[in-house]
Amino acid sequence: MTDTLNRETIVNISLAFLLLAAPMLALALDEPFYISLATKVAILSLAGVGLNLALGYGGMISFGHAAFFGVGGYVAGISAHHMFEGSDFLGLFAATDQLLLIWPMAIILCGGLAILIGLFSLRTTGVYFIMITLAFAQMIYYLGISIPTYGGEDGLPIYVRNQLPVVSSDDPLTFFLVCYALLMGGIFLSSRIIGSRFGAALQTARMNEVRLATVGIAPFPVKLTGFVLSAMITGLAGALFAELNGFVGPSMLSWHRSGEIMIFVILGGVGRLYGPLAGAALFILLEFFIGGFTDRWQFFLGLILLGVVLFAKGGLMGLIAGRARHD
Amino acid sequence: MTETLLEIKGLRKSFGALKATDDVNLDVQAGEIHALIGPNGAGKSTLIGQIAGGLKPDEGQIRFLNRDVIPLSVAKRARMGLGRSFQISSLAMEVSALKNVILAVQAREGSSFKFWKQVRSDQGLMDEAMIQLERVGLADSARTVTSELSHGQRRQLEVACALALKPKLLLLDEPMAGLGAGGSQRLTEFLESLKAEVGILLIEHDMDAVFQLADRISVLVYGRVIETGTVDQIRQSAQVREAYLGEEE
Ligand SMILES: Nc1ncnc2c1ncn2[C@@H]1O[C@H](COP(=O)(O)OP(=O)(O)O)[C@@H](O)[C@H]1O
Ligand SMILES: [Mg+2]
Repeated sequence: MTDTLNRETIVNISLAFLLLAAPMLALALDEPFYISLATKVAILSLAGVGLNLALGYGGMISFGHAAFFGVGGYVAGISAHHMFEGSDFLGLFAATDQLLLIWPMAIILCGGLAILIGLFSLRTTGVYFIMITLAFAQMIYYLGISIPTYGGEDGLPIYVRNQLPVVSSDDPLTFFLVCYALLMGGIFLSSRIIGSRFGAALQTARMNEVRLATVGIAPFPVKLTGFVLSAMITGLAGALFAELNGFVGPSMLSWHRSGEIMIFVILGGVGRLYGPLAGAALFILLEFFIGGFTDRWQFFLGLILLGVVLFAKGGLMGLIAGRARHD
Repeated sequence: MTETLLEIKGLRKSFGALKATDDVNLDVQAGEIHALIGPNGAGKSTLIGQIAGGLKPDEGQIRFLNRDVIPLSVAKRARMGLGRSFQISSLAMEVSALKNVILAVQAREGSSFKFWKQVRSDQGLMDEAMIQLERVGLADSARTVTSELSHGQRRQLEVACALALKPKLLLLDEPMAGLGAGGSQRLTEFLESLKAEVGILLIEHDMDAVFQLADRISVLVYGRVIETGTVDQIRQSAQVREAYLGEEE
């Protein structure tokens, strides 16, 4: 038991260190592109960390997390758009380019949306839950393409990246470090939540709802809260992603994106704290390097996924760090 | 006058054409062990399910602590002081025995909406859970993953979880099954010692245990309570012998 614990901790620390070291190395080698690749890994990992809370720990297989990812992105994009135009949001709110305001807005909005979606979809389980979350995300997707003010199908460019106090968000390394810090914050927050009383209830909801109710804890509010927390984290990742790309569009809301976030979690190891980081890193490396040789890279990704699902039940983390520790 | 913990009146529940609960009247008093016996398929577990809340009755009343509990959820009833064990255990299988009991302790203490403090470092929670495990004789298996416990041990674990709720009424569905003679005897003594603290509705096939423990016995056959009485009354009842006890001899 202790052995696997230590092994997982070592793997976790190594992963965190590698991701931090990559852009430094890129800078030293004067290959700035890799800084943005590492930033992408950090941001998509954070999206996965969010989903992992619902899917991995709460057993809620959401196929609609792109809704939160995209809405987070649109909050950043719409803020930048109004700031650039010098207009007000719906003529009500003055535009802001302050990330310290934009992020909480994205988080709160995604939380609210998750309450709405959760209230309906958490009444179902299994395949129905998967389909309902997908359906909600598709609704948001069509909303995204049908609002011409915010680019419709073409999406919205972010001409000027939103700003942070003191440091410059325009500097690639600084922006990486900000995203990295938020990823680590997200992982730390997850670990606290999972180890808390709420975390115990959430994980029991995954394992056996009857057990949870039998001790007097109503499963529904526990699951809803887990779903909302999960959505908030993924929403923040979406806001970062839009800033990184200088663009937000309906593609951030599409079901492909939901599937991709799900792949990070499954590839990395469902219900493993650093699983989404391992999964997103492998995914993006594959996309980048195999994608360089052949645009059939998704075929290889499919093979690897199949291998993971068939042979390494705990995903990458299961493969390198051993079985999950449950005591 | 004793306090009535549970009162069931005119309860009915059908599965299609099958009457699993057929006009059942039954009560449990404080400080009482009320045994429910009857052949397999008589509807004992179905009755427990309706009392605990997992199954909705078609008709009739269930009052617990003088309150109509039929509209209340399973969780609400548990919080009122209804603890139960299942005939087929229903536990969190992937985690340790201790964690299962900790969840129950945490549920009784109130809020599960605490997101920061770590359960691992909550000594009070652990100590209390260990006490319950010790009571049912599972202290040595506290760190064992539940799926690796024997069926008998899982039943004991469910009893520990139920006790951690400090319930007013315990519903036990065949707690002795899979225990072996020594285990049954130990559990019998333990249940005897619980009487003062909690009323028990006990479903059990082990007649030695039932006759030793029960203050009253109800006999359920085809969903109907055909007789309720003291141990002696039930032993001597011709109807019961014919319908049930006779089959065993
Ligand atoms: N969910 C259900 N659907 C249909 N029939 C059921 C269901 N649960 C129990 N039954 C039937 O109801 C009868 C009573 O079952 P049960 O309460 O488990 O009996 P006991 O616990 O006394 O052995 C049995 O005939 C059983 O097959
Ligand atoms: Mg039964």
